[in-house]
Amino acid sequence: MHGDDWNEAAEIAANMGAGVSRREFLQLAGAGLFIFFATDRMAAFQEPSRLPGRPSYPTDFNVYLRIGGDGRVTCFVGKVELGQGSKTALAQLVADELDVSFDAVDMVMGDTDLCPSDMGTFGSLTIRQFGPVLRGAAAETRAVLLQMSADYLKLPSVEHLRVKDGVVTCVQDERKSVSYARLVEGKRIERHLEKVPVKPVSAFTVIGKATRRKDALEKVTGKARYAADMTPPGTLHARILRPPAHGATLKEIDTAIAEKVPGVRVIRDGEMIAVLHEQPDIADRALGPIRARFEPPQPSEDEQTIFDHLLKAAPPLQIVDERGSLAEGDKLATHLVEETYLNSYVAHAAMETHSAVAAIEGGKLTVWASTQTPFPVRQQLAQAVGFTPENVRVITPYVGGGFGGKSASRQAVEAARLAKITGKPVQVVWDRAEEFFYDTFRPAAVVKIRAGLDAAGKLLLWDYRVYCAGEREAQPFYDIPHQRTQSSGGWSGNPPGLHPFAVGPWRAPSVNTNTFARESHIDILASKLGRDPLAFRLSHLSDPRMRRVLLAASEKFGWKSAPAPSGRGVGLACAIYSGTYVATVAEVAVNKSTGNVDVKRSSAPRIRA
Amino acid sequence: MRRSISFTLNGKPIQLTVDDDRMLLWVLRYDLGLTGTKFGCGAALCGSCTVIVNDEAVQSCITAVKEIAGKHVLTIEGLSREGHLHPIQEAFLNHHAFQCGYCTPGMIVNAYALLLKRAHPTREEIMRHLEDNLCRCGSHTRIVDAILEAAGSMKGVA
Repeated sequence: MHGDDWNEAAEIAANMGAGVSRREFLQLAGAGLFIFFATDRMAAFQEPSRLPGRPSYPTDFNVYLRIGGDGRVTCFVGKVELGQGSKTALAQLVADELDVSFDAVDMVMGDTDLCPSDMGTFGSLTIRQFGPVLRGAAAETRAVLLQMSADYLKLPSVEHLRVKDGVVTCVQDERKSVSYARLVEGKRIERHLEKVPVKPVSAFTVIGKATRRKDALEKVTGKARYAADMTPPGTLHARILRPPAHGATLKEIDTAIAEKVPGVRVIRDGEMIAVLHEQPDIADRALGPIRARFEPPQPSEDEQTIFDHLLKAAPPLQIVDERGSLAEGDKLATHLVEETYLNSYVAHAAMETHSAVAAIEGGKLTVWASTQTPFPVRQQLAQAVGFTPENVRVITPYVGGGFGGKSASRQAVEAARLAKITGKPVQVVWDRAEEFFYDTFRPAAVVKIRAGLDAAGKLLLWDYRVYCAGEREAQPFYDIPHQRTQSSGGWSGNPPGLHPFAVGPWRAPSVNTNTFARESHIDILASKLGRDPLAFRLSHLSDPRMRRVLLAASEKFGWKSAPAPSGRGVGLACAIYSGTYVATVAEVAVNKSTGNVDVKRSSAPRIRA
Repeated sequence: MRRSISFTLNGKPIQLTVDDDRMLLWVLRYDLGLTGTKFGCGAALCGSCTVIVNDEAVQSCITAVKEIAGKHVLTIEGLSREGHLHPIQEAFLNHHAFQCGYCTPGMIVNAYALLLKRAHPTREEIMRHLEDNLCRCGSHTRIVDAILEAAGSMKGVA
């Protein structure tokens, strides 16, 4: 079942050219010292131009913004709130560009009937990529409203008009004043303007200021609603029979005992066998005694053999970046250090499992889903139940963590199919075992690095090959004259059978594996030379920002160039992800009898560049 | 066994006729509509479903309804009184001690249980007490900061 487990939503997103996943902690983020630099991507040192081409968002600002007669501004976006704070950040963008108070902005997110289409909330793109679209829309709205104000106030131009909290006032005559609410009264604005500039950073009054999150009150009072909190009247809760292994086929089934439980319905639809009841726990109890015999496939790989398999089965390496000449580097190197780094499959394990509620009424399907991709999911749902997409609405309430794992939303399709068959609203909430079974894991990966040093300890050769993790941030940011970076495969678009189960984007996809391998190898090189890992890094770093980040982190930590006492260790690592520079310093202790590693010191200063 | 069970829920007496083997989590969420208490694992491993029973934090996914007969149950919905947030909730607000918010109710009520016992816990005690409440977004440091602040502001409040 591997190939088709990789939910179509993510494939659609990938086909649209998206780099997939939201910004999250890098893999290094156990505990330690963090320094974050937020930045304009264009200014980022060596920032590869890998932002996917901006998808075609609608140009009519009315699609994003509605100003009510009460002065409240409703902002409609296809992005969803996964915890990353986008509900707050996007409202800040609107408040600043439109000159309304932050508190006057209401966000409607991820509702396919109300919001402009969006390929999904992943790839750390909400602010970087969609932010400028929304700001542009708000800036144009403000400019149009100024013109409308001038007309309304019978002024020759907008020159002397100022706006505060949604009220436009003529600075030469303060009696001449009108509110946005009065001008618009909830109606569509028909006037449009071309090329309205957004505000310069220096004019921001809301963006960049600490503010209470839009979702805060609901989240600390238990009022925040997630997909599983939706129970339209008559909702049935479904538990679905799962195979014991990926690719197992059902040979025999006996549902007699389950069917005898009062109020239980057993549904078989193709390969899906579901038990439904008005209470989820009773449906779950009825699922237990179902006797099913599956024939599992011969396991082809295990945790020992998987890496050799990946090396053999991965698609051909592609050159990501090449500088200088490897042959020249080989000639100059006096010392070669070669290592292989292995990364295993890792689950997303969001606290909220994949959940969905589907209800069909009057020929229209409505699905509340915990998903990162409501619009692609709408397409999938339409296909699954045979409705036109216009008759399918996906509503995304708060999502209890995604980390890339809710780009795929199989549970929504399951709920919709069952709602169609039963004629009742159906809720599907995966249990923890299902979550681990159907997750789209971070792909296991292999990285091979061959590095060369000259007699003076200068790193001059870097031959880097990454298999199955993906190429993001694979090329080093260190100064290495002769280097080549090659990559094969990634978290999507893999040949069938490469991985034994579904894989997908996971927390800074590719970057977590590439950072682990690169920084480990740098440490090994420093160690072979008997050099301090910080000094060794700095001696190969001309990127001024990364130097500052590393130095700030090490100073805050009190980095000392000395061997740690036995059983204790200090370490550092640095990385760039989508223009964000991060350095981590940590002190850990190893319990020699148990092998457990304990993080002894952690702090997290945040510094603005 | 289906029978009548009485208990106090968020300060109000309640009587239910239910199968008394059912876990409190499901009864709270789907019979009583108190969806602030979350399902995370169903195996007492994640703390999302934590509620207070007679001043002790329990995981409602493994607590059968029969075990709470005659007892006092407090959920996240019962923590704020007369429109006023509890100091722990205020502190979580001020510290942005959440991201996705899914673990938050369990974190808050478990912190409440701790502060009932120890008015001024140390950072280490807070961390130990919340060992079984998982957060995947990375809000841990802020959560501990918030609880420390709440402990300070609860002087004499209890």
